[in-house]
Amino acid sequence: MNTATRPMYWSVRRELWENRSLYIAPMAVAAVMLFGFVISTIGMPHRRRAVLMLDPAKQRALIGMPYDIAAMMLILTAFIVGFFYCLDALYGERRDRSILFWKSLPVSDLTTVLSKATIPLVVLPLIIFAIIVTTQFVMLLMSSVVLLTSGLAGTTWTRFNLFQQSLILLYSLIALALWTAPIYGWLLLVSSWARRATFLWAVLPFFAISVLEKIAFNSSYFASMLRYRFMDFASEAFVFDPHSKVVASVTQLTPGRFLSTPGLWTGLAFAALCIAAAVRLRRNRDPI
Amino acid sequence: MACIEARGLRKAFGSTVALDGVNLRVEEGRILGLIGPNGAGKTTALNAILGLTPYQGELKVLGRDPWTARDQLMRDVSFIADVAVLPRWIRVSQAVDYVAGVHPRFDRAKAEGFLAKTTIKRSSKVRELSKGMVAQLHLALVMAIDARLLVLDEPTLGLDILFRKQFYDSLLNDYFDRSRTIVVTTHQVEEVQDVLTDLMFIDRGRIVLECSMEEFESRYVEVMVRPEQLAAARALKPIHERQVFGRSILLFDHADRQQLAALGDVRTPSIADLFVAVMTNQGAAQ
Repeated sequence: MNTATRPMYWSVRRELWENRSLYIAPMAVAAVMLFGFVISTIGMPHRRRAVLMLDPAKQRALIGMPYDIAAMMLILTAFIVGFFYCLDALYGERRDRSILFWKSLPVSDLTTVLSKATIPLVVLPLIIFAIIVTTQFVMLLMSSVVLLTSGLAGTTWTRFNLFQQSLILLYSLIALALWTAPIYGWLLLVSSWARRATFLWAVLPFFAISVLEKIAFNSSYFASMLRYRFMDFASEAFVFDPHSKVVASVTQLTPGRFLSTPGLWTGLAFAALCIAAAVRLRRNRDPI
Repeated sequence: MACIEARGLRKAFGSTVALDGVNLRVEEGRILGLIGPNGAGKTTALNAILGLTPYQGELKVLGRDPWTARDQLMRDVSFIADVAVLPRWIRVSQAVDYVAGVHPRFDRAKAEGFLAKTTIKRSSKVRELSKGMVAQLHLALVMAIDARLLVLDEPTLGLDILFRKQFYDSLLNDYFDRSRTIVVTTHQVEEVQDVLTDLMFIDRGRIVLECSMEEFESRYVEVMVRPEQLAAARALKPIHERQVFGRSILLFDHADRQQLAALGDVRTPSIADLFVAVMTNQGAAQ
């Protein structure tokens, strides 16, 4: 008899067994970007010499650009993967009736829903961190090999400091997870509640409220609130260099301001409410 | 202590009453067959017992309230809803790992032992297994759990006759041991007749018949009446009459066997025959 059970740990592993796209999709995107980067190395020594004539801030922006784009694309991929994961998380088990099997085991609805919320908020950021750092490291190695003969191999490593960038990335991913928690919470709630068309239920109400507000009051507070949630994360979490528009130094991180943003805390409260509601709904819901 | 105790159990879906004040007491160590037509409320009753649906009235399963304490209750209760609830994406090895990881009373060696007797490959996904193999896998997982109550809702639905027979054989030989309780619903009544210790018919949310199998055998008698005795037999108020190959078979409740023996061939009816008789009378009483 095994007495030491770990329902949370096994429930999270269960999610990774079922949803292999959580790591396969970002790895596929990383592979495509590495392939693109290989093509871009043609003529790189020539271009690098031209870049090195510019002022230092521009050098960082131009040399680091493919690395920044790779990180951004992978973060976007993680968001899309997390979005669809959450929509299906509590819906799929009802649709395929497997909820009856999961509920026949001594795992509470709270543990189950929290294990599913852990995926976009903790597991996916960790996966994406590892994939981004690995991708950037491989890109740095490729550029070094290409630039070796022209004696410029070190110029990438000094302009794009992988260690410092990894710290910035880690901070960004934590801050982004907290910032987008209400989105994932809402998606989990919809997935625990909807009987069909989870995507429409997740998206259309916001669209409808925005349109209603515009027509009824000719105002767009609701729409700007949504825009704030999706777009204004970076301006709360960082200060941007006005010249290069990149975050290249840990001195540009503003955790104090980020943590004192009321929007962060109202968002987290909304996420907690959604998750609590999803736990209650999972208890009630029958297979579809 | 009673394993399941319900008083005035009620459940309605809108205006449809699925359970209409059910009183129920299942002692430990029994194998209860819950038999009823489609839509009689069998699955609703089981769902209430398993904490899958809220209800009105009083219900205690192993001393716990199933609706508020499902996760604790599931340490002592196992259930197989029907053959198709194992997730299709899971691998056999993953299913064993997961149950071992979350269930304090799961014996992995036992599950591996049951699986070794089948042709199921550890690396297969459930979607690659036949229906019968999925049932074997689920049964192997459930039988390796040292549970006090096992609930089976149409466990053999859609399985061929060999698998169905094997299913109940394994259950009786390798699992049941007088301290466990089993509740089973099925339409394949004839298969469970020799398995059950108790019988319950349910119709329109009410229990219409409740007896132990010993009681069933002493109470109900079926007589294939000789044609010339038919009028005399009918006078004894059979609860049901049917024709087989031109001969009348009459079913009696609480009748004198010796008296009936004079009228024709006497035997114990099958559960299916009694079920038909009781349900027909129910219909007539409406």
